[in-house]
Amino acid sequence: MFLQQLVNGLTLGSLYAVLAIGLTLVFGVLNIINMAHGGIFMIGAFVGLFMVTVFEVNIFVAILVAMVVGAILGYLLEFVALRPLRKKNVSHLAPLISTIGVSIFIESVALLVWGPQTRSFPPDFIGGLIDFGMFKISMVQIIGLGVSIVLMLILNVLIKKTKIGKAIRAVSLSTETASLLGINPTLVISVTVMLASALGSAAGVLVGLSFDAVEPMMGVVIGFKGLAVLILGGLGNITGAMVGGFILGVSEVFSVAYGASSYRDAVAFGLIILLLFWRPQGLFGSKDKGGRP
Amino acid sequence: MLKIENVVAGYGHITALKSINLEVPQGSIVSLIGANGAGKSTTMRSIMGLVKPTEGRITFEGKDITSMKTHDIVKAGISLVPEGRQILQDMSVYENLEMGAYIRKDAEINDDIKKVFKRFPILDERSYQLGGTLSGGQQQMLAIGRALMARPKLLLLDEPSMGLAPLVVNEIFEVIKEISAEGTTVLLVEQNVRQALKIADYAYVLETGKIVLSGPAEEIRHDPRVMEAYLGGKVE
Repeated sequence: MFLQQLVNGLTLGSLYAVLAIGLTLVFGVLNIINMAHGGIFMIGAFVGLFMVTVFEVNIFVAILVAMVVGAILGYLLEFVALRPLRKKNVSHLAPLISTIGVSIFIESVALLVWGPQTRSFPPDFIGGLIDFGMFKISMVQIIGLGVSIVLMLILNVLIKKTKIGKAIRAVSLSTETASLLGINPTLVISVTVMLASALGSAAGVLVGLSFDAVEPMMGVVIGFKGLAVLILGGLGNITGAMVGGFILGVSEVFSVAYGASSYRDAVAFGLIILLLFWRPQGLFGSKDKGGRP
Repeated sequence: MLKIENVVAGYGHITALKSINLEVPQGSIVSLIGANGAGKSTTMRSIMGLVKPTEGRITFEGKDITSMKTHDIVKAGISLVPEGRQILQDMSVYENLEMGAYIRKDAEINDDIKKVFKRFPILDERSYQLGGTLSGGQQQMLAIGRALMARPKLLLLDEPSMGLAPLVVNEIFEVIKEISAEGTTVLLVEQNVRQALKIADYAYVLETGKIVLSGPAEEIRHDPRVMEAYLGGKVE
């Protein structure tokens, strides 16, 4: 029982982690919370679903296509809703509001085009359960966990070792210092939002697949969970987002398993509140910079 | 090499520079001195495109750079060692130097890192340490090393001696002389007027946004006004 729930929790947590990394990347370079992330997450889920149902490709291709679409949406988001606001004399809250606007727009369009009903993946689309004796794991879970972990590993290498990754870190630290090193901050911000949106999109497909439910409002609640993970981990901290995602996933699953299923969100968020009492700057945030790495 | 003509710049309603003219000839060390709030840093920021002048023109090697973006100005060959060093705190010393060469694609980046390590052996010892854990003097060395990694034709230094121990200050000024001797033109902003005038060829004195005095550093050093205002009234 315990081991089984742990596996379930880690699977769910890995999805939250991928979602929250997207938020944390954007927070790092722009210092804003991207409220449109949930919308892009939802579009990703729909793209993945249609790739599977209409074009009948396998799930990995579907995720890849969803990520490309997500990246394109990310570019548009940055170009339309964020870049024009990156001038002097614009309130620092303006980009936050404009991402909320984008999020409402995306959801409305999705409602209009696809209707409010919940759609699911084809029955028996992905194999059954594998029984390890101690615990069972479904193919869906293996894919969810596997893809999330691969994405996180790739991201880690990208951020730590590549030139663009280091440029993203430099811009996160200070846009001005980065530009003094010859880095074009506009380009780096654009790439970061694209990368974050691609990750959000992938998380959308994986969550849609895990819960077997895709609908236009699915990004709203999960958007808040992403936000909670972002704050729990420490704003702008990638490791924090990963660990925070797993903590939220595991605590949610355990609260359901041990008798408090209707309180699952309350238990999970209650735990986050307690952790924040202990470390207000987030698990991996540093105190003097208000949670920034 | 660098020419600032009638530049007016400021922040919002505050005009920090009230039409200044300044010239940095190739191969020289030029010092810009003045008290706090005189507009020294604003001059540097205007050259780098971090502050956009409302009037006037800045040219570098004959090219108008007034409205260019900061990263393009770096590519044109100007590097700034910013006030407060601005080290990339969560990157190692080595990575900081690597980032200094961000605009370069040639194969000699590693050789240049070795040259920086030779100039500042302490950075070699600490090459894996995070930039944020270095002492002030080491961070200043790293900031200078990082700026040199871009192979600038013109190096701008904004208050390189600020907050450093006297011995370290001497070392930093020695290094600035070496850099100049190796062919890089230097524009130096300093509050440490004595040292700044000692190593400079030319000097400008900035007071509340205006150049009040300029000329060969030797002359400025013996100007009674400068002696009284900045050098405690006596010549060394």
